[in-house]
Amino acid sequence: MSASNWEVVIGLETHAQLSTVSKIFSGAATAFGAAPNTQACAVDIALPGVLPVLNRGAVERAIRFGLAVGGRIAPRSVFARKNYFYPDLPKGYQISQYELPVVGGGSVSVRVGDEERTIRLTRAHLEEDAGKSLHEDFHGRTGIDLNRAGTPLLEIVSEPELRSAAEAVAYARTLHALVRWIDICDGNLQEGSFRCDANVSLRRPGAPLGTRCEIKNLNSFRFLERAIEFEVRRQIDILEDGGSIVQETRLYDPDRDETRSMRSKEDAQDYRYFPDPDLLPLDIDAGWIDAVRTTMPELPGAMRLRFQEQYGLSAYDAATLTAQREIARFFQDTLDCAGAELAKPVANWILGEVSARLNREELDLSRAPVAPAQLAGLVRRIADGTLSNALGKKVFDALWNGKGATADEIIERQALKQITDESALERIIDEVLAANQKSVEEFRAGKEKAFNALVGQAMKATRGKANPQQINDLLRRRLGS
Amino acid sequence: MINESLVQLGGRLRTREVSSVELTTAFLERIARLNPVLNAFITVDRERTLAQAREADARLGRGEGGPLTGIPVAHKDIFCARGWRTTCGSRMLSNFVSPYDAHVVERLAGAGAVCLGKTNMDEFAMGSSNETSHFGPVKNPWNTAMVSGGSSGGSAAAVAARLAPGATGTDTGGSIRQPAALCGLTGLKPTYGVVSRYGMIAFASSLDQGGPMARSAQDCALLLNSMSGFDPRDSTSLERPAEDYSRGVDAARDPDRPLVGLTVGLPKEFFGPGMDADVAAAVEAAIAEVRRLGAQTVDIGLPNMELSIPVYYVLAPAEASSNLSRFDGVRYGHRSAQFDDLMDMYCRTRAEGFGDEVKRRILIGTYVLSHGYYDAYYLQAQKLRRLIAQDFVAAFRHCDVIMGPTSPTVAFALGARSADPVQMYLSDIYTIAVNLAGLPGMSIPCGFGGHGLPVGLQIIGNYFDEARMIEVAHRYQQVTDWHLRAPAL
Amino acid sequence: MSLSPEQVRNIARLARIAITDAEAATVRDQLNGILGLIERMQAVDTSGIAPMAHAQDLSQRLRDDRVTESDRHEAFQSVAPEVEAGLYLVPRVME
Repeated sequence: MSASNWEVVIGLETHAQLSTVSKIFSGAATAFGAAPNTQACAVDIALPGVLPVLNRGAVERAIRFGLAVGGRIAPRSVFARKNYFYPDLPKGYQISQYELPVVGGGSVSVRVGDEERTIRLTRAHLEEDAGKSLHEDFHGRTGIDLNRAGTPLLEIVSEPELRSAAEAVAYARTLHALVRWIDICDGNLQEGSFRCDANVSLRRPGAPLGTRCEIKNLNSFRFLERAIEFEVRRQIDILEDGGSIVQETRLYDPDRDETRSMRSKEDAQDYRYFPDPDLLPLDIDAGWIDAVRTTMPELPGAMRLRFQEQYGLSAYDAATLTAQREIARFFQDTLDCAGAELAKPVANWILGEVSARLNREELDLSRAPVAPAQLAGLVRRIADGTLSNALGKKVFDALWNGKGATADEIIERQALKQITDESALERIIDEVLAANQKSVEEFRAGKEKAFNALVGQAMKATRGKANPQQINDLLRRRLGS
Repeated sequence: MINESLVQLGGRLRTREVSSVELTTAFLERIARLNPVLNAFITVDRERTLAQAREADARLGRGEGGPLTGIPVAHKDIFCARGWRTTCGSRMLSNFVSPYDAHVVERLAGAGAVCLGKTNMDEFAMGSSNETSHFGPVKNPWNTAMVSGGSSGGSAAAVAARLAPGATGTDTGGSIRQPAALCGLTGLKPTYGVVSRYGMIAFASSLDQGGPMARSAQDCALLLNSMSGFDPRDSTSLERPAEDYSRGVDAARDPDRPLVGLTVGLPKEFFGPGMDADVAAAVEAAIAEVRRLGAQTVDIGLPNMELSIPVYYVLAPAEASSNLSRFDGVRYGHRSAQFDDLMDMYCRTRAEGFGDEVKRRILIGTYVLSHGYYDAYYLQAQKLRRLIAQDFVAAFRHCDVIMGPTSPTVAFALGARSADPVQMYLSDIYTIAVNLAGLPGMSIPCGFGGHGLPVGLQIIGNYFDEARMIEVAHRYQQVTDWHLRAPAL
Repeated sequence: MSLSPEQVRNIARLARIAITDAEAATVRDQLNGILGLIERMQAVDTSGIAPMAHAQDLSQRLRDDRVTESDRHEAFQSVAPEVEAGLYLVPRVME
C-alpha cells in the first residue's frame, strides 16, 4: 500500500499494569481471575468517606521504568483527578497525573527490519485502572466487576514519531519486552496487562500535523497493526475525496477488520483535571533513585552490545538473544555452565534448534523441556569432540523428550561416543573399502563424488559416531591422494 | 446529671456512682421527648446504644475505664458508623447502612464512648443553618423559631438542649464554630490534618476537619484527645507525637491573672460594620474580660480576609463537585425507580437524590473546573488562598491567638435566608479564612444578644496550638458562666 | 460573567443532574448570583504567587506493597441497588 505522498503520523499511549500485589491506592489484591468484586475493598468501590493512600511498589516500578528509558524522574509529581462518569469508574473520577507526571522524556531503541530507530517518549505517569464492564446480557443490564479498579497503571506516551503500522508494532513489542525485562509488568496481553491506544493522523510532508483519531484498547500486536493499517486507509480515502477528519475515538473490530466510532464517548469530554486534594505531592529524592538503580538488571541495549563485544556474536544474533529477558537469561545461564568461549555455538543452538522446537510445539521458552545446564552439557561434548555434530541433534532430541537427565547419560546409554581412535577407524575404513570396490575404482579414475560416497559409507558404518573430518583425512591418506 | 460536664460524668462512671446504662438511658429519654421538637437527631437506635452502654459498664466493672468510657456521645451523620444508617443529611444516602466505621467513630468507641445516635446536618455539610437537610431543619433550642446554625446543627442543638453531653461535628467553612456560637456551646475545629478524615463523608477535602462540640473547652479537649491521632488510611493525616490537649487546663498559673503573657490579636476586619450591634457588644465584653485576666491585646490586620468568601465558594464547590460524583446509583444509595438508559439513570438519580443547595454547589464547582475557566477561577482561588494564609502567618508574629466574633449575627429565623443563597454564604465571613489557612479555631459562648440568643467568641490559634487555644478558653470559662447556661427545655 | 441557559444545560449534563427548563431558569439566576460573589477575586493580581493546595508543605506518605484487605463483597453488596452473580448491574452500556 503506497500512501501517495502522505506522511503517516502515529503516537502510541500504552497502559502497562504494574506487577504490585496490592492496588495503587488500597490494600486489596491485584491477582487476576478472582470471582467478581471479591478483590474490591471499600476504597476501590468508592464508599462514602474512603480515601487513597499511595503504594510504594507502584512508585518504585515507575522509577525503574524512568531509569530504563533514560527519562527524567520528577523530584516532585502530583496526582490529579480526571473527572467523568462511567459505571466501571466508581468515584466518578480517575486518579491520574496531569501537569506533573513522575517520568518525563526518555526513549527506546526500536528495530524495524534492518533499521534501528530511536523513538522518543513524551512522558510516563502513574494512574489507577478502572473496573470491567461485562456486556453479556443480564436481561438488558451490564454487569460491573470492580476487581480491576485501582490496579496500578503506568501510562507511557510516545512522541508522535512512528511512521507506519509496522513501526508502531515494533515499538509496542520493544516496550512490551522492556517492561517485562525490568520486572515491572507481566505483559500478559490476554489478561489485559498491556494495552495500547494508537493516535493516527496524516499530513503532507512538511505540513502541520493533521487531525488525529484515537484507536483504543488494542490488546494484541496483530490487532494493533491491522487497526492502524485500516485507519490509515480510511483517513487517506476521506482526505483524497476532499473531506476532513473528525477528531474522535474509535474501536477496532477484529471480526470486520475495521475501526469504528465509539458512540458512548461522542460527547466532548471535559475532564476538569485538578490536583487531587486527598493526596500530597509525590517526592522522589536522588537517594531513592540511586537505590533503585542498584537493583536494575543490565538493560537489553547494554547487554546486546556486550554480547557483541565480549562474545563476538553478530549484531543480529545479539539482538535476537536480547529481545526478551527469558531468552537472554537462558543464554546466560547456559553460557555460565558451558564456558564463555562457547558463546557462538550456544547462541546457534538457542536461536536454531531450541527456537525451532519451541515454535513447532507452540511452547514458551519458560516451558522448554531442556534446561540451560543440559544444553550446556551437550554443547561442551560437541566442542570437546566426544559427540559429532550429527549425533548432537540426536542427543538434543533425547534430552527434549526426557530420555535422560544429561547429555553424558544419553551418550553413555546409547553408546553415542564419537569414535576417535584411529586404529578403530582404520579397521572400519578397511571394511568400507572392501565393500565398496566400485567407488574406490571410480575415485581412482578421478571421480571426486565417489570419495564423498565412501565418506558417507564410512559414517554410516560408524553409525554417525565418527568425526567426518577425521574420516575424511584417514580416507585420503589411505587412498593416497 | 444531664447538665454535668464530660469530666464530671467520667468521674461518676469510674466510681460506679452511676452506670453507663443509667446515664445513657437518661439521655435517650430526653431525646425521645425533645427530638420531635428540635429534630436534632436523624437516627436513634435505642437497642444498639444500650448494648454499647452495657459493654462499657462491663469494662468499667473490670476497672478498665478511661475518661470517656461509658459516656454517651452523638455523632454527626457525616461519620460512617458500621451498622448504622449514615445519611449525611441527604435523600441520596437515606437508605445507606454503613459497612464500616470512620476513624473518629473507631477512636471514640475504642475509648469506650457510647454512640447516642446520628445527628442532623445540612445536606452533605453544605449550609450554615441546617435548613438544607432532607430530614427537615434543626430548631434552635433557645428559640425554636430560629435556626441552629450549620452544617453541624444537629450536634449543636443536641448538646445545647442536653440531649447529649458531647458530640462530634465537622467544619469546612465554619460548620462547627458557627452552630456552636448560635446554640451557646463550645466547638473546636483542629488544625487541618489532626483528625483523620477516613470515614468522614467528603465535602471539600482540603478544608474538611472533624472536631468536638461540648459544653466547655475542657470537655472539648477530652474528646479531641480521643478523636485526634495519626491514621494511615488518610494521606492528609499528620504523623505527630501524641498530645494531651488538656495540658494547658492543668497548668499552674496565677489564679487572678492566668492569661498574663498572652498577646491576643484583634483583626480590624473582624470588628468592622459587618457585625450586628448585639454581637459586637457581647464580643467586646468578652475581650475586656480576657484583658482582665492578664492578656494584652494588639490590633492586627488580615488584609485579604474579605476575599475568603469568593475563594471558598470556588474551592469548596469545585472539590465537592468531584467528591459527590460517586453518588450515581450504581453501588449504594438512592437509585431512581424509572430510567430509560444509563445517562437517564445518572441524571435522574442525582436530581432526585440531591437537594437544591447541593445541586447549586455541584454546578458551580463543575463550572469553575471546566475547560477554559480553571485558571481564572480555581487556580486564582488557590493563589489567593496562599495570600490569606500568609496574612495569618504574619499576624501570628505579633500575637499568640486571634479573637473576634464567630458569626456576624445571632441565630436568625427559619426561612429568613433561604431565598438567596448568597445571603446565607455571607454568614461565614469570620470563619472561612481559618479553614482556608488550615488553622485551628474555636467558638465559645460569651453572652446573649437580641431575643436572648447566644453569641459566640471565636478564638483562632496558630498551627498545632490547640492546647493553648483550649487553655485560653478554659480560663475564660472559669470566671464566666455563659457556657453553663442552658435553654429551658 | 454570567451563564447562558445553554451553558447551564451543558454544566448540568457534565454533572449528570437532570434539570427541567423551569429549574434551569431559577438555577441560572442563583448561579449568576454566586458568580457575582466570586467575581471579586478576579481583579486581584496574583502573579508570582504559588497556588496553595495544602496547609502544610508535606509529601505523600507511601504504603508498603502488601495485601491487607479481605473479601467483604457480601457486606458491601448488601447495600447495592442491583446485584447479580456478584456483579453490580446497570442499564446496558453501549460501546
